[in-house]
Amino acid sequence: MRNIMKSAAALTAMLASVPAVAGWEPTKPVEIVVAAGAGGASDQMARMMQAAIQKNNLMKQPMVVSLKGGASGAEALMYMKSSEGDPNKVLIAYSLIYMLPLSAKIPFNWRELTPVSVVALDQFVLWDNASGPKTVKEFIEAAKAASSPFKMGGTGSKREDHVLTVFVEQKTGAKFSYLPYKSGGEAATQLVGSHTESNVNNPSENLEVWRAGQVRALCVFDKERISYTTKVTETQSWHDIPTCKEEGLDVQYLMLRALFLPGKVTAEQQAFYVDLFQKVTQTAEYKDYMEKQALKPIFLTGKDMLQFLEEDDTLNKSLMTEAGFVAK
Amino acid sequence: MEAFGLLLHGFAVLLTWKTLVLMMVGLVLGIFVGVLPGLGGPNGVAILLPLTFTMDPTSAIVMLSCIYWGALFGGAITSILFNIPGEAWSVATTFDGYPMAQQGRAAEALTAAFTSSFIGSLVAVLLITFLAPLISSFALKFGPPEFFAVYLLTFCSFVGLGREAKHKTVISMSLGLLLAGVGMDTVSGQLRMTFGSAELLRGINFLVAVIGLFGISEILLTMEERLALRGHAAAISLRVVLSVWKDLPKYWVTLLRSSFIGCWLGITPGGAIAASFMGYNLAKRFAKDPDSFGKGRIEGVFAPETAAHASGTSALLPMLALGIPGSGTAAILLGGLMVWGLNPGPLLFVEHKDFVWGLIASMYLGNVVGLILVLTTVPIFASILRVPFAAVAPMIVVSCAIGAYAIQNAMFDIWLMLGFGVVGYVFKKIGIPLAPFTLALVLGSRAEDAFRLSMIGSGGDMKVFWSNGLVGSITTLAILLLFWPVLDKAFGSLGRLWRPAKVAG
Repeated sequence: MRNIMKSAAALTAMLASVPAVAGWEPTKPVEIVVAAGAGGASDQMARMMQAAIQKNNLMKQPMVVSLKGGASGAEALMYMKSSEGDPNKVLIAYSLIYMLPLSAKIPFNWRELTPVSVVALDQFVLWDNASGPKTVKEFIEAAKAASSPFKMGGTGSKREDHVLTVFVEQKTGAKFSYLPYKSGGEAATQLVGSHTESNVNNPSENLEVWRAGQVRALCVFDKERISYTTKVTETQSWHDIPTCKEEGLDVQYLMLRALFLPGKVTAEQQAFYVDLFQKVTQTAEYKDYMEKQALKPIFLTGKDMLQFLEEDDTLNKSLMTEAGFVAK
Repeated sequence: MEAFGLLLHGFAVLLTWKTLVLMMVGLVLGIFVGVLPGLGGPNGVAILLPLTFTMDPTSAIVMLSCIYWGALFGGAITSILFNIPGEAWSVATTFDGYPMAQQGRAAEALTAAFTSSFIGSLVAVLLITFLAPLISSFALKFGPPEFFAVYLLTFCSFVGLGREAKHKTVISMSLGLLLAGVGMDTVSGQLRMTFGSAELLRGINFLVAVIGLFGISEILLTMEERLALRGHAAAISLRVVLSVWKDLPKYWVTLLRSSFIGCWLGITPGGAIAASFMGYNLAKRFAKDPDSFGKGRIEGVFAPETAAHASGTSALLPMLALGIPGSGTAAILLGGLMVWGLNPGPLLFVEHKDFVWGLIASMYLGNVVGLILVLTTVPIFASILRVPFAAVAPMIVVSCAIGAYAIQNAMFDIWLMLGFGVVGYVFKKIGIPLAPFTLALVLGSRAEDAFRLSMIGSGGDMKVFWSNGLVGSITTLAILLLFWPVLDKAFGSLGRLWRPAKVAG
């Protein structure tokens, strides 16, 4: 009897909670705003979400991808800032939300937006050409011995890749010429063509050239190895890449991938998207995508997310200051 | 011969009713978005991409690439009829295409444009079919100095080979370069010339400028002269088409040269736009009477269109083989490939043979079907000219405004477009050519980035532009072209000195 009572109570609670969840729904197509160019990591994530939502019928309204990669992504940030109160726009954010306001003095603060959830953490890997040095130690020695500095390719200036390069220089004493390209894809092909000696691309950006045996993964900038153990190249899985710390280069950096709504939306609207993206993270499309791109799974929302963002903001600010990239 | 077998296999994959229907639908949609100025290929493909999520990858890419071919064909229509280039690479088509339409030879110009598009694509597809593995390794040779050399070559060929007064070309180009600098600078990570305005952050979009410079200014000029669109009711028939085709063999050198330039620049990532300009300029340079260009010469349509389509098609090769999109539309297709779980890269050709060869086969079929489709619909498009100007002009202005707005969903861009309309009008009045301006606006920031990256890499040593055979020969050729008029004169007078001497001897 008690059991019946219990389940009846649970049932009532469930019934009562249904309208609360379904309180608000988008009434027009939802725009997913990408702060990068076509084909980049953010764009790929947006298309994956678009497909996952459409194939699994997670939302009645369609989702459209809107590329706002102008001004190294600043365009997307200003667009979100000016869309205050509009619940039909979701930004796929990454560390540019901390770095751009510092380096280029863009009048933007992520606290003005409404956080939805952190959906992944992206890794950084030190890569060199397959014909180059085979270990981190040999690589650093070669860089120190070179007559003209080794060229390090990366995306944009005074951003994640550039900061990492500065820290590798500080830890090892080797000098690099940092070449800022427009995208990670460009940095990848320039490394294959031996126009640069190395880059610090995300796994997804170098995936295809790694599989083709054209580049070598030297180490990953994280405390622990990447968890995926399925073979990606003929001989190696993501897990087989040593951490940089193991190789004697103590530099770590992870980049968030998070979703934000514009400022001043209602709590119900925020709740709808928290729920929507939680469902997205449970789809096969999402899981497949995470493994393929070697992203670190994470799902934070509410207070946990805010705490994470504040800590991450402080960390990024101190890195940028130390690297000397904060505009005066 | 392995390629041939694989290609036949690709055709076998395609030849089903379902695929053919999708192909037709894609082409019609593509022509439609190509005709609307500013909407163009990239936006059209982006809007229609979600439609294909539920299809299998091969059907989806066939449909999308047919939208792409359709948009390429469609871009020529507005360039010729209204002097409004739908895509960046249609700009050069307006130089002779629009004058032809004004002389009542619209049908001829359109037929020429479509036919040469077809030839250009066909040459590029043949190249893709048989040289795919070799070409991808060629594209890898391009580092910052090589990219800069190619851009330099384009700029220099404009100054050296252009018909207009040199100083006016340089003025126009410098203004374009200046405006190209607005926005975020990739190399330093700083903002330039934005004056604290959030609207200027993203820089000046090339298409917004082009729609204003060409489209709006043309309307202003026409209004001032109180003329109807000067095209007359064109008599279009199979006869016109056949007569254009009959003359084709006469232009085989132009067609071949443009195809070659197009393929070469197309597989050089990002070079597609430069191709049409170079094709046009070289055709003019090697013509017996360069002065007749720009006044409605059919060769002036053949040359840029062939080059543009050869490069537009071959631009898909670096996208498939290296994952670098050669054009805006190719970039959107790249996004599509990834949704279907196909990662472009060196292994795509090995792991997804069905898909790759299905796509290549669809390039052949799509182009044949596309050519037939546009030729049969030429009368419909050319008949737009018979509508009174008072009725067409507002429609064009509205369509321009929609196009300018749709590129970035920004109201500011409409004002910018109108501003450029006035600038274009003034430029036309004082005889400053618009083409160098637009060219500089498109390639300016890329050229600058490539130059500065080369300088960072070499530690500021200019010798890097002669550091290997490839970059050295492109740079030298660029400088030769820049001083071509001087060299031409020098050789001419040398020749005159030589001949009397010979007679005397």
